[in-house]
Parts: sequence; C-alpha cells; structure tokens
Amino acid sequence: MTAVVSATPATARGLDPKAIASIEAVLIPVGALVASAILFSFFLLALGKSPATFFNLVWVGGFGSAFSIQNTLQRAAPLILTGLAFAIPARIGLTLLGAEGALVLGGFAAAAIAIPMVGGGWPPAVGLPIMAVTAMAAGGLWVGIAGWLRHYRGVNETISSLLLGYIAIAIMNFFVEGALRDPASANKPSTMPIGDAWRIGPIPGTSVHWGLAAGIVLAVALHILMSRTTFGFAARMTGGNVRAARAQGLPVGALVVVCCAIAGACSGLAGFYEVAAIHGQANASLIAGYGFTGILVAFLARQNPLAIVPVAILFGALDAAGGLVQRRMAMPDATVLVLQGIIFVVLLVSETFYGRIPFLQPKQTGDRT
Amino acid sequence: MSESGFFIVLIAMVGGAIRVSTPFMFVALGETLTEKSGRINLGLEGNLVLGAMVAYAGSYQTGSPWLGVLFAGLSGLVLGAMHGWICKLPKVNDIAVGIAFMSFGTGLAFFFGKPYIQPTAPRLEAIPLGGWSSNPSIAQALQVNPLFFVGIALAVFMWWALANTRWGLIVRMTGDSAASARAMGVSIDLVRLMATAAGGFLAGVGGAFLSLYYPGSWNEGLSSGQGLMAVALVIFARWDPIRCVWAALLFGAAGAIGPALQSIGISQGYYFFNAAPYILTLFIMIASARSKSAARDVPGELSLAK
Repeated sequence: MTAVVSATPATARGLDPKAIASIEAVLIPVGALVASAILFSFFLLALGKSPATFFNLVWVGGFGSAFSIQNTLQRAAPLILTGLAFAIPARIGLTLLGAEGALVLGGFAAAAIAIPMVGGGWPPAVGLPIMAVTAMAAGGLWVGIAGWLRHYRGVNETISSLLLGYIAIAIMNFFVEGALRDPASANKPSTMPIGDAWRIGPIPGTSVHWGLAAGIVLAVALHILMSRTTFGFAARMTGGNVRAARAQGLPVGALVVVCCAIAGACSGLAGFYEVAAIHGQANASLIAGYGFTGILVAFLARQNPLAIVPVAILFGALDAAGGLVQRRMAMPDATVLVLQGIIFVVLLVSETFYGRIPFLQPKQTGDRT
Repeated sequence: MSESGFFIVLIAMVGGAIRVSTPFMFVALGETLTEKSGRINLGLEGNLVLGAMVAYAGSYQTGSPWLGVLFAGLSGLVLGAMHGWICKLPKVNDIAVGIAFMSFGTGLAFFFGKPYIQPTAPRLEAIPLGGWSSNPSIAQALQVNPLFFVGIALAVFMWWALANTRWGLIVRMTGDSAASARAMGVSIDLVRLMATAAGGFLAGVGGAFLSLYYPGSWNEGLSSGQGLMAVALVIFARWDPIRCVWAALLFGAAGAIGPALQSIGISQGYYFFNAAPYILTLFIMIASARSKSAARDVPGELSLAK
C-alpha cells in the first residue's frame, strides 16, 4: 500500500501527507492569530493606544497571577463546552449556532427543577445530578430539534438553531418575569436562588468550579468518540459525503440528530455550571455570549475536541483580562469583541492557505514513465 | 369595549407592521441581490447593528439624519465588500464568513458606539399621512417614515431591473450557473463582490432606520436578530423583491403583536408575543423548505441549494 502511494509524487522531503496536514493545522491557525494581533495593533495605534500596553495587560490579566489564572480557567470552562457544541455537529457537516440558546435553556431548566427539590429539603448530592441531567436534556432536545428539522424537513440548520436560541431566551424571560420569579429580585428578574448549600464548590485547592473538569473530561471523551469509534467514523463519513454515507446504508438521520443532541447537551451542561457554581439562580446573566465565543474557539481548534481545551483557555484569558484593559486603558468592554471579530475574520481568510504553503508542498518529481 | 379594543390592536398592528417592517425590507432586499448572484451573506446582522450605530453617530455629529443614513449605508458597503472579497478566495466557506462578520460588525458597533448611548441625535421625520383622521390612534399609526417608501420603490426597481436589464441578467446568470457566466466572459467574482457590497449597503440603511426612527435611539440591545430573520425571509419570499415587501410587512405585524396588546393593557405573555417573529420565521422555514416552488426559484449556485 505504502509503495503504491509513494510511486505517485507525494513525498519529496521525507514528509508524508499526514505530517504535512498536522503541521498546517498548527501553523496556519497560529499564523492567523499573529496576523490578527498585528492588525489589532494597527487598530489600537490608530486610536492612539499602545499595543504593547494592551498585550501586556492581557498577559497580566489572563495569566499574570494565581488569581488571574484561576479567573481565566473559570471563564474557559463554559467555552470548552460551547466549543464542543459547535465542533461535534461541524464534523458531520452542520453549522449550528444553537449553543447560546441551549446554554440559557439548560441553565434555566436546572434552576427551575431545583426549586421544588430545594423546597422539599432534598439532599444536594441527589438534587445536583438531577439538575445536571435536566440541563443536558433540555439543551440536547433544543438543538436536537434543529438537527431533526435539518434532516427530515430540509430546514437550514444555521438559521433555525439561531432562531431557536432567541426562542429559548424568550422562554426563560417569560417564566423569570412571571410564574417563577423570585419576588426579592427587583431589578434583575431571576428564579428563586438555589441557596448556598446547593452551590457546587470549587475544585479543592483552587477557586475554579468543577465545570472545567467536566469540560476537559468531555473533550477527551468526545475526541475518542469521534476518532476511535464506529459512531465517530460514520459521523465523519456523513460529514465528508452524505450521498456516499447513504449509499453505505448509514443511518444518516439518526447520526445527525444524535450529534446535534450531544452538542446541545454540552451547552446545557455549561448552563448548569453557570447556575449551580456561579450565579445560584437563572437570570439574564446567562446570556453572556459564551455560545458565540464557543464558535470561534471551535474554528480556531479546527473542530478538534482536544485542541478546544487550550484554545478555550486562551479566550478565557482574553475575557478575564477584559476588565483590566477597560480600567487601565480607558477602553470600552467591547474591545475584546473587536479583537475576537478580527481573529474570526482573519482565521477564515487563512483557510485558503491549506495545501498552498509553498515550502510544505511535495515537489513534483516528474519521474512519470 | 372589546370591539374598540380589537380595533385599537388592529390599528396598532397595521402601524406597527409599517414601522417594524422597514429594516426587514432593506436587509431582505440586500440579501436578495446578494443571493441572486449566488452567494449568501449571513452577516447582515452585523451590517444592521453597525449601520444603526454609524447612522446615530453621523446624525449626532453632522446634525443631519439623512447624512447619517448615507454613512450607515457606506459602513455596510465596506463590510459587504470585505465579505465579498474574502469569499472569492478558494476554500473559504461563505456561511462561516457570514458568522464572522456578524461578530465583527457587532463588535465594532459596540466599541465605537459607547459614547453615543447617552446623547440625543436628530431623528428622521415621519410623514403624517393620518392627518385627515380625528382618531389619534389612526393618526399615530399612519406616521410613515420616508424610508418605508424608499424601500418599496427600491423593491419595484429591483424587480424590474433583475428581469429587464443587462445588469439584472448578468446577476441572475452568475447566480444560476457560474459556468455559463464564465463562458459569456463575465467575471463572477466581480459580480458577486458588487452584489454583496450593494446588499451590505442596503442592510446598513436598514440599521439607520432602527436608530434614527424606530425604536429611535442607539443602544447595544437595539437589534435582536432582525438581520438574521431577514435572511430567512428571503427564502420565504423565494428571491423575489416584491414578495420581500409582503413578507417584511408580515414579519412587522408579528413583531407588533406584543406592543399592540400592551397598548390596551394586556401585558400577560408579553415575552411570549415578543418571540412571535422568531416562531413565525421558524414555521415559515419549515413550510417553505421543501416546497416545489422554492426549489424552482432558488439560484442554482447558492450553497443553500446544494
């Protein structure tokens, strides 16, 4: 087999195509990050701000001290989960933007089911897993709808998942402003707080909540699922060529719906941790843009679940440093959004370089007979 | 009492439909032009938000709301041209680029828009078409912004131009079959670049309506997915500018249900009615996704169609 492949001019410098692909998969995104940093520096210079100060503050605010590292990891936790929520359906060829809505709905569902359990005096050790499962089920169902509509009704999944997100936010607002409103929450309508006894504590020795561990475990598990199992192979094949997958008799519809449900469950779990570890109740604070940053995380990680973890930490750091940049440089909080937008655009431009970097290309040996 | 209540809701919905529909109309017309050339710009939400901010800032700085509208269009033009340029690179996915521009446009708008949240800028004046009526709710409902009529005129013009002019033919040919356009010596990339840029201009103008007329101020929660719903609306309108106007009015009416009911004191389920446009869009997409007429009218080069 190898002999047949090398007969065609594939390797000229001892690099096999797989190695070239991995080099590209690291080199091009890193190059895109550097190019974005340069572009953003010009943007800052045009505004009369110092890029050196900015990047230094991002470093200090993101990784400079034990406190900032923990702050970074805290913010990375939901980003890992929402990044996975974009990456898994992307492997089967779907562009889903449902993570934000599924996170909100999952968080809300967890907070809502906690109310009778807290009131009934259930032990948190029983109640918290029920909350987590409810959150994952709510998110999974919600995004699963988008997958089902895509496969069985031909509805564009990108638009439908975003619309479902808006509807999810409306559902939360409807209940939080009405039936489930905590009368004590005057300015910011919220559900009843779950109480301190029900809060998930930090990972021992840190101030980081358990969502980070859950994210890392899920990233590894989903990596194994997508690259080492029959299910993952079938899903990737469907993503590569739907017609071929169908011709092979693969259950394309079920694969699509399951991948979407996994994605929604990841986002829902992120919502659960936001409620159980950070806010203690469901309110508008859940709409923090984690779902949308997760899309960027997944793109930069090239939809690879393992790569999502470090990329999520990078964006967590950027998010964590936002406040510091805002105070020290007198810049609006949207500065981070501008940088993220630039990275996103540059990253997509960089897609065009795959297979076209001159020094990585196999030489045409021309020994055709 | 209930009859007059019904009447007030009806009038408020008609007025609301006219008011709320205008940004939908502009974004949908822009997207129709872009999609007719065979490309999708999912990022018009970004153009809409940036347009709203630029229009407000422009109106505040120059004192002329119409200059603000022009600036908004130009900002949308720049975003659209960038989208068009990036999409012509090989291996780049137009849907992903749209998502990126959604976040880029929104980020820029929030960044530069901070100083303009407080001040009051001159707004666009409405034409009081209801002056003949002594009924204040009718007079209020028929306060129509000139941009509404501009949008309708534009829709008629686009409908005519796409069908009857050389330019219209080139755009349609590029959208239906890149191979035949290439055979005719048409530069596909150039046509799509121009169609995307022009579409971006219109979406920017739609944003100007949001900040300069209704709701009529600049803040970060100004647009809630109108730009995105308008893209779905184009599919529903089957890429026909005239049908875009009707679809925009329908969406406007759906968006006006909540405020209209609130005006007669029904605030129960306000948040549910606020979600009406999203639910309506979703159902319309489900209904139109597999319809035969949509399959017939879709531009052949569109990645939605493949």
